[in-house]
Amino acid sequence: MQVSIATTAEDHRIARLAAFAIGLSVAEAVIPSPLPGVKPGLANIVTLVVLQQLGLRAAVWVSLLRVVAGSLILGTFLSPSFVLSLSGALVSLAVLAALHFLPTAWFGPVTFSIAAAYAHIAGQLAVVYLWLMPHVGLLYFVPVFAAAALLFGTVNGLAAARLLEDGGVP
Amino acid sequence: MLKYVKVGDWLTLMLGVLVTAWSFALLWHTDRAEKAIVRSGGKIVGEFPLAQDRTIPVQGPLGVSLIAIHQRRARVAQDPSPRQYCVKQGWLARQGEMAVCLPNQVSVELAGSKKLYDTLSY
Repeated sequence: MQVSIATTAEDHRIARLAAFAIGLSVAEAVIPSPLPGVKPGLANIVTLVVLQQLGLRAAVWVSLLRVVAGSLILGTFLSPSFVLSLSGALVSLAVLAALHFLPTAWFGPVTFSIAAAYAHIAGQLAVVYLWLMPHVGLLYFVPVFAAAALLFGTVNGLAAARLLEDGGVP
Repeated sequence: MLKYVKVGDWLTLMLGVLVTAWSFALLWHTDRAEKAIVRSGGKIVGEFPLAQDRTIPVQGPLGVSLIAIHQRRARVAQDPSPRQYCVKQGWLARQGEMAVCLPNQVSVELAGSKKLYDTLSY
């Protein structure tokens, strides 16, 4: 028996964009990090561009597909690192959904990127604290994560702005 | 590069810098040292407020060690111990810092208004 699913051009587009994001996640998994959780989050560039170009629905799809498929490729599916990745992505998306209504004349990808980076680390730290390490010692690392979120959030936002100027994603 | 940063983005950036700086200030600060606890042979000779400059002679088995307090810092100014480690350690300024003079069994430790415990002493 053959099962076929009717797919639209929109589905293909989202799959293609998710593949970009997955590629970036896998590539940056190779970069060594001084502290688990401090990484550039390059895949968020794709989410930001998709959010601006195709809207929130597409951005949610691309982001969640990236988390699930990326974890399958890296072998972390359903592991704590997958749960952290998912919780970070969900909180980020929630914040992006809320900020989506900001006037675009004033606020560009840099704002979205920084907000998403902070939301991501806040979501992850909340899960780490509630589930993995309920210890106030965790607070000691918060400033490092905040600084990393500011730095990488800004860089990713600039990258997304540049991409959007060049016509965005195919 | 700057053309990608809009007015609101600058505000977000500033907010980010403030939040980050605030988190460093709030979570990485250490309490100010308030007093010097001087011991001889493990027994407390006295606790001296750092606000007051003074020199404290402490008798040990080898002789007299001089503890100096100056401008909210403390040090061992003179000690009869042979290797002079505690003297070479210089000024102590932060809470929890300590200089121990052996074998004269004299020590000076800086403490804040409340005592900090670590897992070893707890």
